[in-house]
Amino acid sequence: MKTRRIDNYGKINRDKILSFSWDKKNYKGFEGDTLASALLANNIGIVGRSFKYHRPRGIFSSGVEESGALVTIGSKDRRDPNVRATTQELYNGLEASGQNAFPNVNFDLAGINNYLGRFFAAGFYYKTFMGIPPFEWGRGTAIWMFFEKFIRKAAGMGSASGLPDPDTYEHAHDFCDLIVVGSGPAGVAAAIEAAEKKLDVILVEQDSLIGGNQLAENDFDNSQIKNQLENLGIKIMTRTTAFGLYDNCVVGLLERVTDHISEPNVNIPRQRFWTIRAKHIIVGAGAIERHIAFNNNDIPGVMTVNASKHYLNRYGVLTGKRIVIATNNDSVYETAHQLSEAGANVTVLDSRTNFEIETNKSFEIRKGYVPYNINGSKKIDSLDISKSEIINKSETINCDQVLLSGGWSPAVHLLSHRGVKPKWDYNNACFLPSDTNENITMVGSSRGLWNKNDCIASGIAGTTDALNRLGISKTNYFFPKPGGWKYPIQPLYEVKYKKSRSKSFVDYQHDVTTDDVRLAHREGFISVEHLKRYTTLGMANDQGKMGNIIGLSLMAELLNKEIPEVGTTVFRPPYTPVSIGALSGRNVGKHFRPLRVTPMHQWNIDHGAKMIEVGLYQRPWYYPKENETLSDSYIREASTVRKTVGICDVTSLGKIAVQGPDSTEFLNRIYSNGFSKLQVGKARYGIMLRDDGIVMDDGTSWRLAENEYFMTTSTGEAAKVMSWLEELLQTRWTNLNVNVTSVSEQWAGVSVAGPKSREVLNNCVDDSLVITNNNLPFMGVTSTFLKGNISCRIARISFSGELAFEVYVKSDFANTMMDLLWENAKKYDGCLYGLEALGALRVEKGHVTAAELDGRVTIDDAGLSKMASTKKSYIGSAMRKRGVLKNNDREILVGFFPTNLKETFNAGTIVCEKNNIKGQGIGRITSVTYSPELGHWIGIGFVKGGLDKWKDTTLVGADPVRNKQMNLKVVSPHMIDPKGERMYA
Amino acid sequence: MIRINCPYCGERDHSEFSYGGDATINYPSLDASEKEWTEAIFFRKNIKGFQFETWHHSNGCRMWLVVERSTVTHEIKSVKPCHPNLQKVVENNK
Repeated sequence: MKTRRIDNYGKINRDKILSFSWDKKNYKGFEGDTLASALLANNIGIVGRSFKYHRPRGIFSSGVEESGALVTIGSKDRRDPNVRATTQELYNGLEASGQNAFPNVNFDLAGINNYLGRFFAAGFYYKTFMGIPPFEWGRGTAIWMFFEKFIRKAAGMGSASGLPDPDTYEHAHDFCDLIVVGSGPAGVAAAIEAAEKKLDVILVEQDSLIGGNQLAENDFDNSQIKNQLENLGIKIMTRTTAFGLYDNCVVGLLERVTDHISEPNVNIPRQRFWTIRAKHIIVGAGAIERHIAFNNNDIPGVMTVNASKHYLNRYGVLTGKRIVIATNNDSVYETAHQLSEAGANVTVLDSRTNFEIETNKSFEIRKGYVPYNINGSKKIDSLDISKSEIINKSETINCDQVLLSGGWSPAVHLLSHRGVKPKWDYNNACFLPSDTNENITMVGSSRGLWNKNDCIASGIAGTTDALNRLGISKTNYFFPKPGGWKYPIQPLYEVKYKKSRSKSFVDYQHDVTTDDVRLAHREGFISVEHLKRYTTLGMANDQGKMGNIIGLSLMAELLNKEIPEVGTTVFRPPYTPVSIGALSGRNVGKHFRPLRVTPMHQWNIDHGAKMIEVGLYQRPWYYPKENETLSDSYIREASTVRKTVGICDVTSLGKIAVQGPDSTEFLNRIYSNGFSKLQVGKARYGIMLRDDGIVMDDGTSWRLAENEYFMTTSTGEAAKVMSWLEELLQTRWTNLNVNVTSVSEQWAGVSVAGPKSREVLNNCVDDSLVITNNNLPFMGVTSTFLKGNISCRIARISFSGELAFEVYVKSDFANTMMDLLWENAKKYDGCLYGLEALGALRVEKGHVTAAELDGRVTIDDAGLSKMASTKKSYIGSAMRKRGVLKNNDREILVGFFPTNLKETFNAGTIVCEKNNIKGQGIGRITSVTYSPELGHWIGIGFVKGGLDKWKDTTLVGADPVRNKQMNLKVVSPHMIDPKGERMYA
Repeated sequence: MIRINCPYCGERDHSEFSYGGDATINYPSLDASEKEWTEAIFFRKNIKGFQFETWHHSNGCRMWLVVERSTVTHEIKSVKPCHPNLQKVVENNK
């Protein structure tokens, strides 16, 4: 093949020269080139190696259907693999390289695979499991294990950089009345018609220029169209692909903002992921020209006819000197004429015999001829042709290029995303879009219209259809009939030449040959969906845009059916690949999910806190002094709480204001324990069950007034509990007069715990009388003031087992409260403590948290049977003893000590009986800690039969993941102060 | 993307809402039998076509809604508040 730039052709800007590199060598191109056109202009024919056989591949197309010219753009952390050279715009300094080849695409050592084809036939992955002759010894996974590394290295395309993506991406949203996909004659006509009828219109074009396939015409100039569209107020989005259609006329777009720019502004994103909510969608996505399967139809120099026209008229590149065009339809003749005018020697092989084309005789037409074999390996040397009726009488034409046109496939992909199956049109040998009740209209060649005037008429009809469906007009309209060629197409999918083993490619990108399809059929894969998966036909990133129909036709022939009976596979989004970066948008790194901080977050950090994530919240984990490790620190903190006093930020707990005359009744229904007799000024710990009797959450509710409660929930379940309460009040108990409001953000809370906690608070409250043991007994609640006239709520609640208070102030006063408390706690050698120490204290006390209440545990399992009222009914009461929940071998909460007190163990350890260490054992450890109070490691968890069965027995803790095993003694989960004397002090 | 016309907020993406469940269940009284509760909790019809379901406008006005949606096409026929008093308010403001 000899490709070259020629004068007086193309719409590239020849005044602006761009330099780029291909496989580390420098070349020149022009502004307006794609990488593919620039490579062709530099006579670079081989741009890739194929997926399995490592055959040299060239450029097949000029658009998104490209299945040969997949290259890697950029280097280091900006390396972008599998980019279609045909859609990559050229820019100054662009670095591109071939992929799937070593050392390079021109000379690839793995090219030997071409001769090992038998091992890489359809289903070769699967067959490695069965043992391929002569490797039957490798049945099962052995042979796969043996070949895996080799196969993984050999097969595949480009590789990602493996480095963090340095670019930014963003998500954007827009609304419109009508979105038009495609700016060919049909799309433009539709958009103009709609804008003139006062619709708000967005026009989307994947190319950098509007015009669609008109860009391949030598006399096309889009500037006038562009002005007209802009003057009508149409939003034109170029370099933007509508990659998917979704429910309710939602369209997903990918806008490539800077992929064509040499040094993009760092303040703009590389790509934008758009969600467009439209009222109507018009799709004028065009049609894609198909190739024809015959032996060696993948040698560099093979291309679609329309692509060659694009290269000539848009980029000024003549793609061959001696060109043979093989076709079965009328669409190629204009191109043939133009190519010969441009200086090529052109021969057209038309499989049809019964037609007349008027030409100026500048090229030869061979009626009733088809190609059946290309001679050459890295380039085309000649083409063997034959009469189409019987493939034998051979004749050879010397040529350097073979252009193919096996017909056109309307781009029905977007409609297929909506589950609308296309219907086969025998006259035009293609699938056409079916009708849909959704507000989607197909126009132009994507509904099978082959000439421009029909396309324009269909655009206008499409808009009329949209206006009618939107209720704006009631106008009759009609779409032109599909087709438009003078002589009918004659189906031609494969030219069979049986004399030798052939490599006739159906799917170039995945190296699927016609023989692979036949093999799959012989092996019993007769459903098109199975065929697709077994052979990987159409599963590369071009999704079989060129080859699918050929595959279907082969299957139809094998099954002795018609193509529509074989069916078509469903196209799914995205139409063309969407980068992961664009899908994530700004939700990366720290912004991956929202960050919640408490109002004293900075105060905590300033006071040495190391933070940990709990759900979305950042909470203090531990407050190390000098060189303390996590474990040094939490042990000191927990000991200090037991000895004197500690302060812990508990703001992340969910807080709900429950107000209204029926509040008490409401709480009585949702908690398992009684609330009807809770006095004003008292709080109660409560457990909520789900309808099915499993524990949902626990927390305290404080009765602030007759009809007002302040409820706290666990950090993790806060949102769920809030929704649950709203659901109950709005759907089930609509006659209850209760209002619930989330006040989690409004209040900042701390726990002040330890024997000296009352003394610390005495110095902090305005009136120390309110917190005496008499005035504020265990579970007492008071609304009072901290010094400085700061109103606060104090409850005497303990999670640590020590004398303890929870103090809440309005969030704005959080830091003032912390300063005040900390200043006074220091006087008693107190400490700030974090989540790790909080955990240690509660495990010592046997209190459960989310680690235990994991959605599988009943109130009895958690050892909290006393919390289940027998005097009333409540949510979950009917179900908590149902079926399996009443079995007596359920796993019940217990405590664990290591038999050897020097040993440590971990949460997640499986508990087993001695001599029966296997499977899921008889229980599990959920939380462990070093207990400063007891001087050794302790844990809580669940074991079948609980304390009744195993108290003081030795069981085995198996921890295969960490390769550990230890003996564990079963003890009561309440390991410290079981009678609660400290709490009541 | 499903779009739900919240009677209070207007038409919004389904990402603002959380799915609830079958809106036609009459939950039994709290002291009802295990059998009745079992029916109410675990037994669901698998409807092909329009069904009534609850949605919570969790990232909006926090209203619980009854949505009549087709399980085949996602088409939504009607949306109204779950709470009968709110239903009346919406009706009166029409």
